[in-house]
Amino acid sequence: MSRFRILVLFLLGCLLAPEPAQAFCGFYVARADARLFNRASRVVLVRDGDRTVLTMANDYRGDPAEFAVVIPVPTRIQREQIHVADPALVDHLDAYSAPRLVEYFDSDPCARRMTLEGRADASKQSAAPEEARARSLGVTIEARYTVGEYDILILSAAESRGLLRWLRETGYRIPDGAEPIVASYLKQGMRFFVARVNLDQQARLGTSFLRPLQVAYESPKFMLPIRLGTVNADGPQDLLIYALTRTGRVETTNYRTVRLPSDAEVPLFVKDEFASFYRDLFAEQVRRESMRAVFLEYAWDMAWCDPCAADPLSPGELRELGVFWLGGDASRGSAPNVFLTRLHVRYDAEHFPDDLRFHETGDRANFQGRYVLRHPWTGPTRCPEAEAYRRQLEERGERQARTLASLTGWNLAEIRTRLALGGGADPEPWWRRLWQE
Amino acid sequence: MRSRRDPRHYQIVVLAALLAYGVLALDFQIEPGRASLVLATTLATQFVFERMRGVRGFDPRSALISGLSLCLLLRAAAWPWAAATAVLTIASKFLIRVRGRHVFNPTNFGLCVMMAASDRVWVSPGQWGSVALFAFALACLGGIVVNRAARADVTGALLGSWVALLFGRAAWLGDPWSIPLRQIQSGALLVFAFFMISDPKTTPASRPGRLLFAANVALLGAAIEFGLYRPHGLLWALVLCAPWVPLLDRWLPGPAYRWPASPTLAPKGESHVPLPHPRPVPARLSAGP
Repeated sequence: MSRFRILVLFLLGCLLAPEPAQAFCGFYVARADARLFNRASRVVLVRDGDRTVLTMANDYRGDPAEFAVVIPVPTRIQREQIHVADPALVDHLDAYSAPRLVEYFDSDPCARRMTLEGRADASKQSAAPEEARARSLGVTIEARYTVGEYDILILSAAESRGLLRWLRETGYRIPDGAEPIVASYLKQGMRFFVARVNLDQQARLGTSFLRPLQVAYESPKFMLPIRLGTVNADGPQDLLIYALTRTGRVETTNYRTVRLPSDAEVPLFVKDEFASFYRDLFAEQVRRESMRAVFLEYAWDMAWCDPCAADPLSPGELRELGVFWLGGDASRGSAPNVFLTRLHVRYDAEHFPDDLRFHETGDRANFQGRYVLRHPWTGPTRCPEAEAYRRQLEERGERQARTLASLTGWNLAEIRTRLALGGGADPEPWWRRLWQE
Repeated sequence: MRSRRDPRHYQIVVLAALLAYGVLALDFQIEPGRASLVLATTLATQFVFERMRGVRGFDPRSALISGLSLCLLLRAAAWPWAAATAVLTIASKFLIRVRGRHVFNPTNFGLCVMMAASDRVWVSPGQWGSVALFAFALACLGGIVVNRAARADVTGALLGSWVALLFGRAAWLGDPWSIPLRQIQSGALLVFAFFMISDPKTTPASRPGRLLFAANVALLGAAIEFGLYRPHGLLWALVLCAPWVPLLDRWLPGPAYRWPASPTLAPKGESHVPLPHPRPVPARLSAGP
């Protein structure tokens, strides 16, 4: 009955940190690195029945020797259940589902930054003393695998103290406050899966970056544990979940799932600053929901899109991501029966004390975060309706300004000023009609 | 003027207010058209079955409560599924009967059967904001005070057992209290506790029977949610426990409940039992022949 929770690596970003204390949730922020300020994790969750394939992408750009991560898993994992994916798959899925300006698309405004840390020398230790010490602490190293550029250990433990002590002795820094959570997970029968980079393998494979890790397992639990990631986290973190299912949209059962405002008309100048527009829109909506909601950014049948921010994923790509119900003939023509839900959550321990639990609904209604720019007519206007049209434009400009202020929390007076300076409705130049009549 | 004290009036007002708030202010994903369809279908089904049973007049109150509860909990991919759930909900009341009483809470039965039969029907338990939840909880508790509690004991026992189980689990796991507190902040739990399991027509007749029944439902619900990891544990638990109610009643007998309805609505051939007190305790209401 060891069908328990899956804990993903972003959780453990905070659990595991290198002994030389440079890389660990709280410290990243202190560096004031712009890329890390908006740290976010990306998880692709393929689910049908009790079968789950989890793909965990990271943008770790540090020294690979310092990368290590622990992923709690519900069952004992065999070598064949772990896989390494092409990072381009997750990027493609992200681009396909990203919030968009009509006919234009911007990369997702929220930079994704995994806070993953590890230690340099753990991989250099020999296995035998490690195992003996582990046993003496009640920690069992159930299996060791090398998958791609990763060395994988599957751990189980009798009690949290032994596991944490072993992790500390093996070189990981464990933040205070992690122990009760690890103990809670252990009581629920979870095993731990540790991945670190095998430098020899990486050199042999010639990969300069770390590819996403994938795990396939069977468990009735449809959830993502986020609790450990909030321990000692300095400020809220972002998580993007791309759920690929057969029946319909995925939503959280223990938190509200809220649709982001969409189909709103915004001033033209937003085109040049879509990233900051969307970042502020998201922050404003989080504030309005008192940071207690999970946001739906996209829900769509994978067979098509309109407008397309990127092409839908091919059946071959979906299969690579773990969509197991696509048969072996996945690469051949027919539209795949895959529904994509993109959820975005900003969380911390206070507002999200419990893990994220999901269920799949029968809802196949399409939804996308879509923001509309309307370019006014700028050609010559010599008809009687032109005056009415100009009045409409003024009203529209004001409406768009108010919408923008409401969506993003930006200052309405400043938006109006920018519109008056020509950032909005491209008003007809005053001289155009000067000599035309 | 006894019917004014019918607890259902208060329940209808509370549910309707919440539904209006959900449709207008919250992202409940309920369209007004869909809600109207569900309500109209429940009422129409009730009307048809009452006519078939030869009941004179038409009492929409119970059906309205079932319909409003359905509106709040039921989500369906398309309108035929919503309508089918509404028909099944009311039909179960008339078709599945033991010794003259229906066995299942109609809303509970309709939802569970349709969820089991189709993946186009689901329940969204987490869509309530904390403001709505707080107001609704207050209104539910207010209902108990106002109505002197038609079967408030079963609601209390269910909530007490459920809270004890959640907090007990958290204590065992060493989890912070914020987790069980978060788990009990569920609109679906409130609808369940105040409008489903409390349905006096389908709960055991005796007080010990009701307390036992509520504790059983809570225990089974927790086993389904935390042992089998399936959502909506309490909904499934209630539908699974309901068939035991006739057995419990045999073991722990008590007076059958009757709504304080007007005599004209009694089915033909049944004598109406006059209310013994102007403001009676509902459990004693039907202590008649």
